[in-house]
Amino acid sequence: MTTLAQTLSSGRLQSARIAEESAWVRWILIGLALTFLALFLFVPLVAVFHEALKKGWDVYYAAITEPDALAAMRLTLTAAAIAVPLNLIFGIAAAWAIAKFEFRGKNILITLIDLPFSVSPVVAGLIYVLVFGLQGWLGPWLAAHDIQIIFAVPGIVLATIFVTVPFIARELIPLMQAQGTEEEEAAVILGANGWQTLWRVTLPNIKWGLLYGTILCNARAMGEFGAVSVVSGHIRGSTNTLPLHVEILYNEYSFAAAFAVASLLAMLALITLAAKTLVEHRLAKQHQPREINHEH
Amino acid sequence: MSTFKQYSVLPGFSLALGFTLLYLSLIVLIPLSATFIQTAELSWQEFWATVTAPRVVASYRLTFGASLAAALVNAVFGLLVAWVLVRYRFPGKRFVDALIDLPFALPTAVAGITLTAIYAGNGWIGQYLEPLGVKIAYTPLGVFVALTFIGLPFVVRTVQPVLEDIEPELEEAAAMLGATRLQTFQRIIFPTVLPALTTGFALAFARAIGEYGSVIFIAGNMPMISEITPLLIITKLEQYDYTGATAIAVVMLVISFALLLIINVLQWWNRHRNSLA
Amino acid sequence: MSIEISNLSKQFGSFVALDHIHLAIKPGELLALLGPSGSGKTTLLRVIAGLETADSGQVLFNNEDSTSKHVRDRQVGFVFQHYALFRNMTIFENVAFGLRVRPKKHRPTSQEIDQRVTHLLKLVQLDWLADRYPHQLSGGQRQRIALARALAVEPKVLLLDEPFGALDAKVRKELRAWLRKLHDDMHITSIFVTHDQEEALEVADRVVVMNQGRIEQIGTPDEVYEKPANPFIYEFLGHVNLFHGRVQRGRAWIDNIEIHAPEHAEADAFEAIAYVRPHEIEVEREINGEPALAARVVHVLSTGRVVKLELVRNNHQNQDTIQVELSKERFRALQLAKGDKVYIRPRRLDFFPDPANQSLLAS
Repeated sequence: MTTLAQTLSSGRLQSARIAEESAWVRWILIGLALTFLALFLFVPLVAVFHEALKKGWDVYYAAITEPDALAAMRLTLTAAAIAVPLNLIFGIAAAWAIAKFEFRGKNILITLIDLPFSVSPVVAGLIYVLVFGLQGWLGPWLAAHDIQIIFAVPGIVLATIFVTVPFIARELIPLMQAQGTEEEEAAVILGANGWQTLWRVTLPNIKWGLLYGTILCNARAMGEFGAVSVVSGHIRGSTNTLPLHVEILYNEYSFAAAFAVASLLAMLALITLAAKTLVEHRLAKQHQPREINHEH
Repeated sequence: MSTFKQYSVLPGFSLALGFTLLYLSLIVLIPLSATFIQTAELSWQEFWATVTAPRVVASYRLTFGASLAAALVNAVFGLLVAWVLVRYRFPGKRFVDALIDLPFALPTAVAGITLTAIYAGNGWIGQYLEPLGVKIAYTPLGVFVALTFIGLPFVVRTVQPVLEDIEPELEEAAAMLGATRLQTFQRIIFPTVLPALTTGFALAFARAIGEYGSVIFIAGNMPMISEITPLLIITKLEQYDYTGATAIAVVMLVISFALLLIINVLQWWNRHRNSLA
Repeated sequence: MSIEISNLSKQFGSFVALDHIHLAIKPGELLALLGPSGSGKTTLLRVIAGLETADSGQVLFNNEDSTSKHVRDRQVGFVFQHYALFRNMTIFENVAFGLRVRPKKHRPTSQEIDQRVTHLLKLVQLDWLADRYPHQLSGGQRQRIALARALAVEPKVLLLDEPFGALDAKVRKELRAWLRKLHDDMHITSIFVTHDQEEALEVADRVVVMNQGRIEQIGTPDEVYEKPANPFIYEFLGHVNLFHGRVQRGRAWIDNIEIHAPEHAEADAFEAIAYVRPHEIEVEREINGEPALAARVVHVLSTGRVVKLELVRNNHQNQDTIQVELSKERFRALQLAKGDKVYIRPRRLDFFPDPANQSLLAS
């Protein structure tokens, strides 16, 4: 990687004389960009932790260990633990069909997979209320069988799945398209069956893309607010996820506690960014397989 | 031989496609269709009256106005940030590059309360603006700030790869032919990144229109003034006005689908432009 | 194993990839499918492998219809143009793959697999690379591993898609000779696809020339090169000079030169084009009694042992350059330089009807 970066930058350096801005233009542009980013990204990030610790470590510790916070944490983890694996299987199935086969309507299917990204989270919650709510299609039937989905955990899980459907599929589809079908064809000619081909050839080849999509999917699953807010019912200790818990504390003016819980989510975001950056490097490596030409 | 699918020796097509369609239908398509069916209960006049009530129209104006302004700011600064990240070297560059995606990774509720804290009258930034008569938190300006935050990565991340792909030879050639740096930017670089820039702008705009979590804390949520459309849907839901909520949701969905279509066309343009280069 | 292909056709949309192909391949033969891109040669190979289905027609392995047989059961080895090595596996595991995925009761013990793979890696002279990954190998090495991997499952037929297409000129030459030798040792019925005529002529027992989904000619390299069946093959297999002429009852004329054309003994008079290879043209400084065409030298290009001349006819409406190849000795004896006047005479040539004038006659 370093050698690649070095060659790139040395190439740039040679061109610097005639095709680059003068130093002062450069530094003004850098300054402007960094000021903008500082105001909009860096200051908020620092502020979360500052506000969280404003009233000291004791308040912080108490806020994140009180029973309601722990319950919210459990629910957030549960929702992610169901939504992420389901979307993982979906992503692999969708990418297998789309990337390895030629069929009609493929582009429409790709657009449909992306659909949840363009739907407002609030609408995403609303549609489940319309289907499963008391007034909804299945409401009377569910009530008769004493099954509660809306204002209960299943609704939260469903809303979480909805908003995270595209994450893994959209990472895998272009990756698997770029890798082509020859390795799989070779495996089949050599006698491998479908599962052997998937396990031994395809999955090892896409493992970094898979991980990348999973990281993003997980971050969104744990952080989703709007969609979950609509279907949750905000019952403390029972149907509150961490982001919803933050909202409740905030609306009760327990600012320090709200920011303490928020800081946990901010840490999750930072871990996500770090993991994402690491995996991006692996992906970049895989995308440009080093061609070592030591032909005699 | 069906013409639906080309022959392939690879197995699993029916299983994979079948599962994909089933999953999409159950999770996405059937529930989404519920909005349209629910709305069908209204007559056209009722529907029109609901979605054009003054309070609703005011929310459209705020949502679209603030989203447009935020997307424009992001287009300008996103291009600048992408340029600086691709072309220049400075200390901490990799950290800055990784941080760009913070708005993707940070839960919107966290972003919402944090931006509110910063831009409130006693906040880190708000305290300097208040003496100047600029109030951000609990005003439409606050909506704009929140939407700028959550839309920030889109333009940067769509423009960055295109800028990386521009061959230095192109700019050198322009310089050798006597173009100034500004002319080279205007005539060579800008037209090349324009499709990506437009795509990024459209993505940021689409995201901003539906945004809820980061906005409601900072907006103040005053009817007619600082109430966004998604919040109005929730308000109606809380009043058990399901049909009213759904009618507004349908308007938002139609607009989202239109934007999705436009974005697809833009992305095609982007790929097309780049493959020609 | 013998392969027989009868009446095979395939279309992609409106594009005809294979147009009623008939072809019989003898056991142990090394056959080249030669043609320009889009001629259908790769499609034919993939249909034989079972990677594509034909719209109509049959593929028989040892007289047994295999058209509907799954790839897994065809016992073919396939070497992909870009090798398709499994990038996440070591070289050893790549070669072992076909054995490891066998159902338990047919699977060799891991010791046997070890021996087989080691043997194959030695055969392709790359046993020292067993623990490397594909991306650490050169193109030529990858090609040989792809071959070893295909051979590991003891295929009855070996199919190679542009086996040397992605390699540089020197490695390509070495691998050609190596493949020929390997085939002579193992005697597996083998078919390879190539667009490089030199490659096909040098390696194959027989060459099948394809164009636009049809087979233009089948024959040994000598037959195809010396007796091209039609103008397409003439032009495809190396450079050729064209002369306008006339043919009638076993005799032919190019301007004032009369030539025997016994293969057209029965023909009524027709306008023809004569096809002459650059090395089949004699060059003299003076007329030596036999009729010849006057020309002058416009360019001399020396490429090692052969000297290439570019000539233009004197006082003739056709000013296309004529390419001639001379041995260095002959060139020295003639002492030619740019601008010199010469007399040329085709030594060997073939006449084909002139398509332009044919249509005139027909109308």
